[in-house]
Amino acid sequence: MKRHLVSTADLGRDDALLILDTAEELSQFSGRAVKKLPTLRGRTVVNLFFEDSTRTKTSFEVAEKRLSADVINFSAKGSSVSKGESLKDTALTLQAMGADAVVIRHHASGAPARLADSDWLHGSVINAGDGTHEHPTQALLDAFTLRRHLNPGTGRDLAGRKVAIVGDILHSRVARSNVHLLTTLGAQVVFVAPPTLLPIGIETWPCEVSYDLDSVLPKVDAVMMLRVQRERMNAAFFPTEREYSRRYGLDGARLARLPEHAVVLHPGPMVRGMEITAEVADSPRCTVVEQVANGVSVRMAVLYLLLGGAVFADGPADAPRTTELQEAAQ
Amino acid sequence: MTTYLIRNAQILGGAPRDIHIVDGVFAAIGEGLDVRADIDIDAHGLIALPGLVDLHTHLREPGREDAETVLTGTQAAAMGGYTAVHAMANTFPVADSAGVVEQVWRLGRESGYCDVQPVGAVTVGLEGKQLAELGAMHDSAAGVRVFSDDGKCVDDAVIMRRALEYVKAFDGVVAQHAQEPRLTAGAQMNEGLVSGELGLGGWPAVAEESIIARDVLLAAHVGSRVHICHLSTAGSVEIVRWAKAKGWDVTAEVTPHHLLLTDELVRSYDPVYKVNPPLRTAEDVEALREALADGTIDAVATDHAPHPAEDKDCEWAVAAMGMVGLETALSVVQQTMVDTGLLNWEGVADRMSHRPARIGRLAGHGRPVSVGEPANLVLFDPAYRGVVNPDTFATRSRNSPYKGMDLPGRVHATFLRGEATVLAGELVER
Repeated sequence: MKRHLVSTADLGRDDALLILDTAEELSQFSGRAVKKLPTLRGRTVVNLFFEDSTRTKTSFEVAEKRLSADVINFSAKGSSVSKGESLKDTALTLQAMGADAVVIRHHASGAPARLADSDWLHGSVINAGDGTHEHPTQALLDAFTLRRHLNPGTGRDLAGRKVAIVGDILHSRVARSNVHLLTTLGAQVVFVAPPTLLPIGIETWPCEVSYDLDSVLPKVDAVMMLRVQRERMNAAFFPTEREYSRRYGLDGARLARLPEHAVVLHPGPMVRGMEITAEVADSPRCTVVEQVANGVSVRMAVLYLLLGGAVFADGPADAPRTTELQEAAQ
Repeated sequence: MTTYLIRNAQILGGAPRDIHIVDGVFAAIGEGLDVRADIDIDAHGLIALPGLVDLHTHLREPGREDAETVLTGTQAAAMGGYTAVHAMANTFPVADSAGVVEQVWRLGRESGYCDVQPVGAVTVGLEGKQLAELGAMHDSAAGVRVFSDDGKCVDDAVIMRRALEYVKAFDGVVAQHAQEPRLTAGAQMNEGLVSGELGLGGWPAVAEESIIARDVLLAAHVGSRVHICHLSTAGSVEIVRWAKAKGWDVTAEVTPHHLLLTDELVRSYDPVYKVNPPLRTAEDVEALREALADGTIDAVATDHAPHPAEDKDCEWAVAAMGMVGLETALSVVQQTMVDTGLLNWEGVADRMSHRPARIGRLAGHGRPVSVGEPANLVLFDPAYRGVVNPDTFATRSRNSPYKGMDLPGRVHATFLRGEATVLAGELVER
């Protein structure tokens, strides 16, 4: 039985829509003065972060606290992990402490899969980003944001919509999670990047590929800009920052090439002046702040569904209905 | 010495014959031999092959006795039907001096389970910068003839050229671990469809093939022989085939795991499948089998690489690379080469005994099973079917990718110069 969220490839269309719809309902509470729900009272959620990530960690923590879970932050820095403790021993420790769910961020691709497949711990494993593999909750919040703008309403998907994902696809866990999820939801994905920043074998992925941003922009409903780390330049992935910006950065002129309804997403943190100009980042068509708020709702939904006994990827989800949520909140 | 009479063994898969072993040699071979022996063995249905020779074994001693010792490693070798193994040089300290290779050689002699032929490092500390004292290692009691920086590539073209030239003086050979280091920085698995999906750093085939291409050209240029370790890609096969067609003195080996397993297994992120060179694609596996069958690849070599549990019971990125393989090699070869009709038992003897012994210039091994020859022999039961359970292995480590797999065949007995090291599938006390 799968009670984890390791990869968006494990999510069927019904699973994905259930998460998005649940998040939509939960988002209503974030507008209230008292935002807390008693749903996960007495349940223990551990945030196990082997990699610095203020944004994702804070987002999960807010989500957990809004659901009244007992939250334990276990950061690798300054803990036994930095003294050479293995992932296995850390997991065994968390198991002994009674963790109901472990939210893990790890620099090694596959670390959450190892935790989920091992008998080291029995709680749910939620992947909060592993190496250059996946970042499922980021993709879910992206899909949530896209749906709100492009096809609002519960039960709806992204059929027929086209989304460009631009930047360092090769090293991006966001791109990997999004290509699975957006495709599952019926959208068409176009990766735009210099050939050096695309993985070998990309032609077999369920997406289009383009090296030319300008030709793609007029045809898409949304464009997702990925952060490009400056250090990639040193490994000859591209010649200079300026050249990268000129060819693949999103500036005001390129923004104008997008259809009027199209939106700009960015998983953050943005490198202004590199992949996105300040003009675009601050424009009303850029959803980056909205994505942060949506991130909390989506993570609440994932925690609620997993700890409530939903089973992803093993057929129709046997989840508690979201009406229970509303009752609980009375 | 104990005398043995083996009844009805199928030598190289031929008609049943009796084999009489006296004083370390095959004293008589024939039908219905009327001789006496201390121990009679009923070998009905068993295949008799010359004792296997491994060109590529990591015995880990000195330095990593927690993973393997010469004793446990040679016991594993005997259980796998081997009578000689080449012990790789990447120990701690590195086997780059006469002292270390003599130590390993002596430990092998004391173990008594199989001959241990130390491999000497090509460069000091495997660092690829300065030639190790190759002549001293050759002249030592260990008599080193195979030199390798295995685990690392001799990537400097000039150092490689000089090493190839230098060892000609004593009929040595350089065994190259072909891996262009810059193309494989941070590499975690075969670069291809699977690495792209899993987000693991890619180890492209071209990093192996470009070095092999360079080295066969270098060997031809200086008139030396070169041996390619653990060849793993279809492209490498093409290059070696081309070099052999030119008449150049190039030999190559393939591991059992590259004959059977593919990078699809990495999807589990289970580090038991992490190995260097990495598991490749099904097309590569196909090309390697064909090349072994047609002789382009000369030998099966295990690259037996034991690791303690903690080095595999972890996330993929930090896990050690390597798999144990001595005790499953012949079974994997039966499954991939014999049961598929690509190779008969005579061919197996050629690729797992005759040719590796010849490449290593190992006297007394890889000889025919005929009267007067040293009695190095393995009796193998090809009809056996069983699930691999690493907990029963003689090796000290358990990192077998075949755990839980159904593999054919089992070693029934192994003889080293006329003395049994394995009988009825069990190690013999030595």
